[in-house]
Formats: sequence, structure tokens, C-alpha cells
Amino acid sequence: MPDAPAQRRRLGAYLLALPTWVILGGAFLVPLAIMLGLSFAQRSTYGGIQPVDDLAAYVASGNFLANYARSLEPTYLQIYWRSLWLAVVTTALCLVVSYPIAYFVAVLAPRRWKGTLLALVVIPFWTSFLIRTYAWMLILRTEGLANTVLLKLGLVQAPLSLLYNDFAVMIGLVYAELPFMILPLFASLEKLDRSLLEAGNDLGAGDVSTFFRITVPLTMPGIVAGILLVFIPSLGQFVVSDLLGGAKTVLVGNLIQNQFAVARNKPFGAAIAFELTVVVLLLLWAYAAYARRQGNGASREVLL
Amino acid sequence: MSASDPSVEIEGVSKRFGDVVAVDDVTLRIGRGEFFSLLGPSGCGKTTLLRMIGGFEVPSAGAIRVGGADMTAVPAHRRPTNMVFQHYALFPHLTVAENVAFGFRYKEFPAGEHGRRVADAVGLVRLSGLEGRYPAQLSGGQRQRVALARALALEPQVLLLDEPLGALDQKLRKEMQVELKGLQRKLGITFVFVTHDQEEALTMSDRIAVMNGGKVEQVDGAAAVFERPRTDFVAEFMGAGNFFTATVEGVAEGVLSLSLRDGARFEVPAPAGFRGEQSVRFVVRPEKLDLRNRNLAARGIPSVRVTIEDRVYQGVSTVWMVASERGERFVVYEQNERPFEERGRFAVGATAFACWHPRHTVLLDAGAGDG
Repeated sequence: MPDAPAQRRRLGAYLLALPTWVILGGAFLVPLAIMLGLSFAQRSTYGGIQPVDDLAAYVASGNFLANYARSLEPTYLQIYWRSLWLAVVTTALCLVVSYPIAYFVAVLAPRRWKGTLLALVVIPFWTSFLIRTYAWMLILRTEGLANTVLLKLGLVQAPLSLLYNDFAVMIGLVYAELPFMILPLFASLEKLDRSLLEAGNDLGAGDVSTFFRITVPLTMPGIVAGILLVFIPSLGQFVVSDLLGGAKTVLVGNLIQNQFAVARNKPFGAAIAFELTVVVLLLLWAYAAYARRQGNGASREVLL
Repeated sequence: MSASDPSVEIEGVSKRFGDVVAVDDVTLRIGRGEFFSLLGPSGCGKTTLLRMIGGFEVPSAGAIRVGGADMTAVPAHRRPTNMVFQHYALFPHLTVAENVAFGFRYKEFPAGEHGRRVADAVGLVRLSGLEGRYPAQLSGGQRQRVALARALALEPQVLLLDEPLGALDQKLRKEMQVELKGLQRKLGITFVFVTHDQEEALTMSDRIAVMNGGKVEQVDGAAAVFERPRTDFVAEFMGAGNFFTATVEGVAEGVLSLSLRDGARFEVPAPAGFRGEQSVRFVVRPEKLDLRNRNLAARGIPSVRVTIEDRVYQGVSTVWMVASERGERFVVYEQNERPFEERGRFAVGATAFACWHPRHTVLLDAGAGDG
């Protein structure tokens, strides 16, 4: 029989967790369930939901999987492939760009500068993401800042078409996701014991060798966390590709958005969205497994 | 054991960090196979000096040679030295065996030997069977041994040890001191050992350099540093801080006649290079002082009249705090050879005479105190 204070404490803990449950349940689990249900339905002629008269017959006919079947058509597979590829490249670019920055701020920069440098990384968040993406349009368009500078410097004869292509989408994505890579990398680099690097040198490893044999493995939790934090949103992005990619770059995010807002095929949109959610959950599950294998909760504290 | 066959040569080495002079014009020769300690309080520059030998700091001035080769500008990973770090710096993502084998590829040891070399190094520090463990699964003492094995496995010419026993508890420390010394004797490698613990340095070292304020105050055999400190600082640091002043009455045939202000006259061997100073300063170690209730000056035994200020019973010994009539404070250690009841010869406040055999008079360098 547990004693009363312990019981009260447990009740208190549940109460403290209540807001989280309300938000998670109301804003995540319930919509997810609705979306799942929707994905099994059919679009009505005018963009609504076709009512199902005989549920048993509907299930037996297999029609409830029609949206999923359609989502695997080559046209769409191509879009998923593009999205995946773009997300992978974005993540890789973010990692390559972020590691030196995070390393500089965490290891090389004088201590008194750390706060300021970190603030510089976070400052873009003060402006709306949409506005920042529009700013890239101003920079990249034909008469934009980038082309003006290039022309004035005589580096190009005619303006380059920098906007409305994959290149522009990539820049926009990398720019948008950069802080989410830098921060976890910084956190794990900050914890890195500098004497381990000296020990590496002492044992005969040069700086490059020390970096790959000690720094990288020991900051792997930050690397993995950063990869997830960048890869997942990149996969579902639609604003950046909408604004910077023009009509040519359709990603899975745009596809879903189109089904709801333009094509008015909510069930089909729901099916694709649910597939995307499953992919993301699988990734998170793999990460959790990785974190468990690392033991000591060393990597869990970075993200989970 | 001598510096005639130098393993590490430090020539006029200085290190400045901004305005701070951490190491100030140090010159040392450390012999091959010698157990050499850098001893001093924190901030004396001993660790910085060690780090310069290891290649982790570049000297602001001077040169460092190891095995005759100039190492001053050689980066750490190309030096024939290996270090046991203060907090071990074991790689947490690697097992004991992987830690030990970390440097093998740079030494270009044949791959076929790696297993044997790991086994040898791990066996040397008596950790066989733990090769597969991660550092987090080891005790402090075991980690210490892994750090040692990892450094020794690369067969360095010189092993550098930066307060390696500092994090261990007292008992383990004592055991490791004996073990380290045994290991050094067995392997014949030069050990350069940094510590702030004088007892630790005395236990293990062949020679000790006592450092203070970035300078080397005295380099001597372990017993000599303890028994015959030459400067105020070394005397104080080695726990011999009973400072006396005597007037020089005469020098003849290498013998110095001294007189204390109390009137006691005694003779000591004149130090080499004595240049006829008017007075000399000297120390007498606390365990060499004796408390008597009679003045023994008449028998040629230097005696100083003191008042007992305090008495601390420490089991094995008793520590007496006494003060001369001029307010100089001395410490006297007495072995508790007699039963407790008979021991309390002097009450606090009583008068006694602090005496010593003249041969325990340790003259300090003239002008000692500024190096």
C-alpha cells in the first residue's frame, strides 16, 4: 500500500503534465486520427467527403486504400524522390556549413564572445520566416542584389536566373534550417573535453586525424540531432519551394498543400500527409534506438 | 641517474601568457632514466613547463631538446614524449584496448603486433581482463592505469605525468606512488612528474626541481631538497620553515663559528663560496629541534629560549608551537616515544629551550628568497 504523500506526489506530477497532454492530444493526436480517417475516404464531386453508406461493403471493396494506391503512382513517386533528395542535400549542406561555425563558437572563440555569437545565430528568428524568404526573392531575382553585384563586378555579362529553380529552393532551405543544425552541434562541441584533443595529439594523431577519430565520434549525438532537426522539416517544407521554386519545384509539402487548398481532394492529401508522418516517426524511432544504444542518455539530452 | 646523459634539456625557457610570466628563464637537464619531479604550489609554472616539453605550449623564449633533438617547434604528435593527463583524458567512446592502441598506427607498429602490445601494456598496469571495458565502467584508479598504459604502450623516450595521482584517494595514492616508481625502475624510461605534494615527490623522485613564481628555486636529489633547502621558499615549502639568524664570529679552515643572539656559540662547516658575510640565516627542520628545560649552550649545543604557545597531539607525534623572546615562531616535532602521561613535559605558557645538533643547521644562500 503506497503511503499518502507518495500518492499525492504522483498526482501532482500528473497534474503538471496535464497541459502537455491537452496540447499533444488536442493538437496532435486527435488531428492525426482525423487525418487517418480522412485518408480512407473518397472525394465528393464538389471537393467534400463522399459519405459512405455501407461501411462493411466499402472496406470489403478495398476502396478505402484507393488514395494510398494512387499516392504510389510514378508521378508522385517522382515528387517524393525529389523531396527526399532535396532534404538530404539540404541536410548535408547544413552540416558542412554548420560544423565549422559551431566549432568556432564553441571551441575557438574567446569565452566572452560566445553569448554574442550564439545570439547572432538566433537573431533571424526575430523576423518572420515568410519575410526572410521573401527577402531571398529580392536577393535572387533577375534585377536582385546578387545579379546587380555580379554585373557591376563584371563577373557575368547577363543576369543569371537564380530564382525559381532548385538552386533557389536549396539556398532557402539551408538558410531556414541552419540554426537548427548549429545549436545542437554547438551544445555537443561545448561539452567536448579539450584535453581529449590534446591526448589525441600526444598519442601521435595530427589535428585532422584527431578531429575524425575523437571530435566527430564524441559530437555524434549533436550531429544526429541536428540532422533530424533539419531533415524532418526540410522534407515537409512547402513555403520555401512555393516562393523560391516557382511552379517548377513541386515537393511533397506542396503536393499536400495543393490537395487541400487547390485540388480540393482532402482525402488524397490526408493519405500523403499520413505517409509523410509515418516516415518521420520511423526516423525518430531510429534516433531513439540510436540514443538508447549510446547509453548513459548522452544523446537523449540533446533532443529528446 | 645523472644529468651527464641528458634525456630532456631545457635551455633558458620562458613562457608568457599576455602580461603573465608563467615560466621564467628555466634551465634544466633531466638525465636518461631519471625520475624527475617538478614540485611547487599551484601557479608556479610546473604544469606549463611540462606542457612545453609535451608540445602543448610553445615557449616564448628558449629551447627544449629531447634525446638531443631540438623539439622547440615540433608539434605534440611528432614528439617522442607521451603524457599522462591530470584527469586522464581517456577517450570515452573507446574501450580500454582501443584507448591503448590509439596511437599504434602513427608509430607504424605492424598490425600483427597490436594485440600483443595492448596485452603487454594492459598487463604492465595489472588491468588484464578489462580490455573490453569503457572508461565509464572503470574506477578512478583503473582509469589512471589505463592512461598510464596508453602512454607507455607507445614506448616514449620520456613519460610526462601531470599530477596523475591528484584525483585518487589517499590510500590508492600511496599504492600508486610505489607502483609508479617500480614501473619506472623496471622500464628505465625518463619520467617527468609534476606534483604539488612534497611527500609524493620525495617518495618517488631521484631528483626534484622546486619551482616558485615561474623560476626553479633548487634542483637536487630528493633527500637534499628535504634536508638541505637553500632558499626561504624551498625551506618553507618542504616544511622546514624554522628560520634563525646568527652572527658570524669567524671563519677558519672551512669552519664557521656562529653565535646566536642568546649567546650560544657553535660551529658549522662553512659553505662553498662563503664570502665573509656579517651574519647568516639558516633553518632547522622541526623534527631536528628538541625541547629541553635547560640551556645547553655551554656544551656547544645551540639553544634558543622559547615560550610554549601550543601543543598538538597527533598520535605518532606531537607538534609544539613555540615563540622566541623576539617573537620568532618555530615548530618542533616530537616522536611520541613515551607514554601519553609522561609526554606532557611542558605546559602551554611554560619556558623551554629549543636545541639542535649543530650539524642540523642548514645555511640558506645569502640573499636567498629572491632566487
